[in-house]
Amino acid sequence: MDVLLYLIPVALLLGLIGLGGFIWSLKSGQYEDLDGAARRILSDADEEEMNSD
Amino acid sequence: MAQPHLSQPPGDQRELAPQKASGYEALVKEAGDGEKSIELLISGVHCGGCIQKIESALADEKDISAARLNFSTRRLSISWQGENAHANDFVFKIESLGYGVQGFDPALEKLQSREDEKFLLLCMGVAGFAMGNIMLLSVGLWITSAEEMGASTRAFLHWFSALIALPTVLFSGRPFFYSALGALKKGHTNMDVPISLAVILACAMSLHELLTHGEHVYFDSAVMLLFFLLIGRYLDTRARRSARSSATDLLSTLTGFATVIEGDDLHKLPISALRPKMIVRVTTGEKFPADGIIESGQTEIDTSLVTGETLPHAAQEQDTVYAGTLNLSAPVTVRVSKAAEESLLSDIVRLMEKAGQGQARYVRLADKAAKLYTPVVHTLALAAFLLWWPVLGLPWQEALLIAVTVLIITCPCALGLAVPVVQVLATGKLMKESILVKAGDAFERLAGVDTVILDKTGTLTLGRPSLQGVYAPEDLQLAASLAAHSTHPLSQAIAGAYDGPLLEIGTIQEHAGKGLEGIYKKQTIKLGSQSFCGENEKTSDQIELWLKRGEDKPICFTFQDILKEDAKKTVEHLQKSGLDIHLLSGDRQEVVDKIAQEVGITQALGNQKPDEKFAYIETLKSQGKSILMVGDGLNDAPALSLANISMAPGTAIDMAQNAADIVFMGDDLKPVLTAHRTARFSNILVKQNFALAVLYNIIAVPIAFMGLVTPMIAALAMSGSSLIVIANSFRLTKN
Repeated sequence: MDVLLYLIPVALLLGLIGLGGFIWSLKSGQYEDLDGAARRILSDADEEEMNSD
Repeated sequence: MAQPHLSQPPGDQRELAPQKASGYEALVKEAGDGEKSIELLISGVHCGGCIQKIESALADEKDISAARLNFSTRRLSISWQGENAHANDFVFKIESLGYGVQGFDPALEKLQSREDEKFLLLCMGVAGFAMGNIMLLSVGLWITSAEEMGASTRAFLHWFSALIALPTVLFSGRPFFYSALGALKKGHTNMDVPISLAVILACAMSLHELLTHGEHVYFDSAVMLLFFLLIGRYLDTRARRSARSSATDLLSTLTGFATVIEGDDLHKLPISALRPKMIVRVTTGEKFPADGIIESGQTEIDTSLVTGETLPHAAQEQDTVYAGTLNLSAPVTVRVSKAAEESLLSDIVRLMEKAGQGQARYVRLADKAAKLYTPVVHTLALAAFLLWWPVLGLPWQEALLIAVTVLIITCPCALGLAVPVVQVLATGKLMKESILVKAGDAFERLAGVDTVILDKTGTLTLGRPSLQGVYAPEDLQLAASLAAHSTHPLSQAIAGAYDGPLLEIGTIQEHAGKGLEGIYKKQTIKLGSQSFCGENEKTSDQIELWLKRGEDKPICFTFQDILKEDAKKTVEHLQKSGLDIHLLSGDRQEVVDKIAQEVGITQALGNQKPDEKFAYIETLKSQGKSILMVGDGLNDAPALSLANISMAPGTAIDMAQNAADIVFMGDDLKPVLTAHRTARFSNILVKQNFALAVLYNIIAVPIAFMGLVTPMIAALAMSGSSLIVIANSFRLTKN
């Protein structure tokens, strides 16, 4: 049962990393335009081309 | 895909293009480091190609640091370094791509709603994370006993559960705690009161068990409850947000600029600053900013916004024009007669607001359920406590424990999920059939409807004239070749009816309110009204267009606004499902009667002005009828907002679409039927969901009442009831 002593904290840590990722994506506004993101992926031009041409 | 989607005919755009935008500098916001930004509302954006087109066109501009179009809200935000007046260049650039631009004042938007949604999502994410991790520990706790794993291991798992659950409850429970507190402060209760109470008591009780090395902790149930409820709450907020943002866009439509003439000076003023007696210049393709009287010039006006009629009216000096109608053929100057806030358009907006306030009194099914649920649950818990302590003589701590379990086990999550899951699934299903549902509670209201009021033009009919009868191919070819040069609806109808090669016609002139003139093979060709083609004007029931070649006898083309193909069938089906159908139109009574007879509607009224339509619905509502209004014009807008539920076709003007709860695409009327059927079915599902939740309570509450509930039963009941409710809702997608 000793293995639980570090396995559980490790599991928790991994979960926290995921949660951190979610909070980051939320704060950076990635949920503000879900429809737009779905359509942007269909356009051929790369982000860089779009900004430079 | 990348073609611009014009809301105006191409001819209008050609004439508009050289005109430069101005006045947008007033909307520019400045940040501390000299960075300027502006928010614009873009119309005509329909696909990913449009996003790219607009953004890359703006990226070409030197000063722009960022330009991003939000597809969901159609809002474009641009930030740049340099002059405020650059904003006008940007607007000009987007307009010349063929998109409509409107200044958007972010102050009009309730920023709060967006923040609320983000906050709910954050709470939901945290609760989801916590639930996943607690379950890892709980499963271990459920499948073994203390003897097997050892008391110290169990205590360790309990402590870890508490470590995850307590901060989560404090963090993610806030939406419920705040709302419950708010309700209690005002002296009444809502659904969030028992929820908050259950969560807090579950945690407190578990904490007590933890400190006294008890057998059971309920942290997992508390967190799971929060997570499921937050899902429901988030879905609900999203559905309502879309309804709110369209109302904000409507307000924004009314903010714009007018060109005012003072002496020799031309300058732009916000429409809201217009006062009576000011002289305004209105160019071709521009909307009249205020009600007024034409000072000079003659033109044709598209009044479909106000009257719902398809054909333009000729207007000359001393004629009255209304705000919001479109100037079609020539620039005119107008003397403003009423300030913008007193114009007909504003009257209509005011009527709509009035109607909107009435709508707020509607009690949603979920709230009704909550009203029943709260007292019952609290009484049950109290009864359990009183039964076990004074009556059966259990120590009061244990009796309290049982009372709290009763509170937790009553599964408010199934109740919380019952409505939003069905709403989201039904919205998605209709979306696939090109029916957009804008109001969160639209289905509930639509399902309860007993009377349908239809508008004629654009709703029952296609809303545009189509050529009737058979004509000689060479006549049609000539007429179409000439008509191709005009944006007049009749010209477009005739050009659209002919699909062969067009003839080359020289020196084409358009005479406002009369017709077109051109030269072909050295002959003067005229296409226009009867008198324009040299005949005496005779009144006719039909819409006519005459073609005169040289000195020949003119040929008459007739047009009709024809019924939508499935109009009759849809009306029949609606009548079969027990609905009472009325027809209300701004058109003449004879025309309305004829159409009504064709589709089989018995109650039909013509000559209806916007306020008369409004009054008609008010009367019906006072007789206790529940009304679905389907309409497409500005004249329908107040009626649309007053009716219990409203639908508008995608061809409707923006304002009608904004006022309507449901917007459908395509040239069919069938979506009205589809939406109504879906609404009825989803209402049945919602009621079944409530019944399922109640059934769960009937099974689970006695178990809790007897003091037999373990954390595992609590968790099973909670997730089981939620999953069954979700599974039942998914039947909607199969039907």
